[in-house]
Amino acid sequence: MELNNNQLLRFTTAGSVDDGKSTLIGRLLYDSKSIFEDQLEAIESTSQKKGHEGVDLALFTDGLKDEREQGITIDVAYRYFTTPKRKFIIADTPGHIQYTRNMVTGASTANAAIILVDARHGVIEQTKRHAFIASLLQIPHLVVCINKMDLVDFKEEVYNKIVKQFQDFSSKLLVQDVRFIPISALLGDNVVNRSENMAWYNGAPMLHTLETIHISSDFNSVDARFPVQTVLRPQRDGFIDYRGYAGRISSGIFRPGDEVTVMPSGFTSKIKTVEGPKGELDEAYAPMSISMTLEDDIDIGRGDMIVRSNNKPEPAQDLEVMLCWLNNAPARPRAKYTVRHTTNEQTAMIKEILYKIDIETLGRNLEDKELGMNDICKVKIRTTKPLMIDSYRENRATGSLILVDETTNETVAAGMIVQ
Amino acid sequence: MSKYYLNYLDELESEAIYVLREVWAQFQNPVILFSGGKDSILVAHLAKKAFYPAKIPFPLMHVDTGHNFPETIQFRDDTLKELGVNLIVGSVQEAIDDGRVAEEKGKNATRNSLQITTLLDAIEANKVDCAIGGGRRDEEKARAKERFFSHRDDFGQWDPKNQRPELWNLFNGKHFEGEHFRAFPISNWTEMDVWNYICRENIAIPSLYYAHEREVVWRSDSWIPNSEFLKLEDGEEIVTKKIRFRTLGDITITGGIESDADTLEKIAEEVSGMRQTERGNRTDDKRSESAMEDRKRQGYF
Repeated sequence: MELNNNQLLRFTTAGSVDDGKSTLIGRLLYDSKSIFEDQLEAIESTSQKKGHEGVDLALFTDGLKDEREQGITIDVAYRYFTTPKRKFIIADTPGHIQYTRNMVTGASTANAAIILVDARHGVIEQTKRHAFIASLLQIPHLVVCINKMDLVDFKEEVYNKIVKQFQDFSSKLLVQDVRFIPISALLGDNVVNRSENMAWYNGAPMLHTLETIHISSDFNSVDARFPVQTVLRPQRDGFIDYRGYAGRISSGIFRPGDEVTVMPSGFTSKIKTVEGPKGELDEAYAPMSISMTLEDDIDIGRGDMIVRSNNKPEPAQDLEVMLCWLNNAPARPRAKYTVRHTTNEQTAMIKEILYKIDIETLGRNLEDKELGMNDICKVKIRTTKPLMIDSYRENRATGSLILVDETTNETVAAGMIVQ
Repeated sequence: MSKYYLNYLDELESEAIYVLREVWAQFQNPVILFSGGKDSILVAHLAKKAFYPAKIPFPLMHVDTGHNFPETIQFRDDTLKELGVNLIVGSVQEAIDDGRVAEEKGKNATRNSLQITTLLDAIEANKVDCAIGGGRRDEEKARAKERFFSHRDDFGQWDPKNQRPELWNLFNGKHFEGEHFRAFPISNWTEMDVWNYICRENIAIPSLYYAHEREVVWRSDSWIPNSEFLKLEDGEEIVTKKIRFRTLGDITITGGIESDADTLEKIAEEVSGMRQTERGNRTDDKRSESAMEDRKRQGYF
């Protein structure tokens, strides 16, 4: 067995029911030999029962009873596979009902997004929506797979035309890295294995692309942010005065000796020790779970943030946020919600809805200010006490928040802080 | 390449520790569901790290079906001593004796689904507001839809169609009196990740996972161990084989595989070559296509 330094890559897949998303995932798992024999037998027997020709790889992603019966996907499902180069987590998001809600959920932790385009139809409204959400959630890498190339005779012109369509549109979005791959999920062309039918394509197949995308610089390594989850006080021999601040580093690097400031109190101290899962460390970085001790005895608790003194986030009570509404009950203007930001929790009020994004045209709608399920609006929020924020564009961990409805305890909105 | 990145096992480890600390911060009275199987052992190991140098600040809970491997119970008690934590036991036998549940009848009877009542009773009796489990999303298709923080209503039921969205690392554990949560710190681990990590950390696991000589009988495509509960069918015969168990459940339903793997390295290597899923040897999951989903809806682990 090898203990290696392989990284973990999380990606989300976006596509409508007919784009062949399930077939693509099935193909990826099948060709990378991630499907077990008993799973394959189950799919074979279901394929036969349904009268499909051969093995329908799409069945591999079937989940709950209702989903199998209705042939739809209801909720995000997570799937796993490993190659000799990387471990992968797929957030498989459904293409239709509650689309935005599910894709936003899957996108929030993703390093990469796969966007599927049907080669016969080219870039359609839905493609634009997928790309927009990927850019809104700041997924660092987009892989646009032009699928069903077999149905357009594997023609290079078709591929080039769609690439051009997509580029014309995506130039308006904030996406750092976009790649295009012509594939046939059904036949396996350019998924795991290079296509023999498209010799004109010089790029890598999809799996190779996912295996080699450079992700270690996707984390913000500049702004050192450490939200405190809980305080460890062992109160036993050898540790009587021990106070360890436990949490997961959001971004940046921390080292013993660093001058730090505790927000919001503003007290300063120096890091005495940093301890990771394997013991004491010389340096620790995102996304490590650690505990640290400080030179001085300061009152610190959950919700506080330890940062390097020369680089502090901004305390803010009035925020501008891109808010994606996730609940059947629409937002109640001026109602109180609980806001969760890092490990901090405050009461908040939506003071003003500035505009709604028209998901069809991606334009701003200044008239319709209803914030209902799947809507994305830019809003002004006021909190009872300051949050220690960075903009989402600079820092996904300290620039994101959720709203919880105090009357139902449900998570009703996801927010990306603009400023 | 930048040196500031984690390998996949370190990232999974940090993620699980984050989830465990989040449970402790958001709930009053959590427990770790501990069966003595490798996944719950892993969760306990990660909890030890999450709170070090403090002890794990909450108890373990064991739902005892009464159909245990003796080795598992011994292991459970040793673990408690080592961790210095308390144990809560929910007894399926007591629930049967009290008439709360009725024993299944027939050849393939198990106490598997009877655990649901005992689990929910123990959660209620001990005012548990979050039960931490070793469930993994790669195990089964219903589990693939689970959240890290999974809400249960006041009947302990899971509603897969109406789960709270879970974004970034912002987990919402808010709940009303009488409701509880299940938390799954190792959601994103696969069976292979678990073995690679156990191997790397050299974590103690019950001897049952290692190849050993045992009396068994061939039934439902695997080697079922001989025990006081075993009733031989016509044509069945007890033989001695060198076997090991890939997962641990009740002694009545857990099938072994023939193996020579007697070290953690050999086990990890054997698992990496497996072409069947690990639950393939569990008769409780073979009952129907939605066996796990149905049990989970009712409040199963």
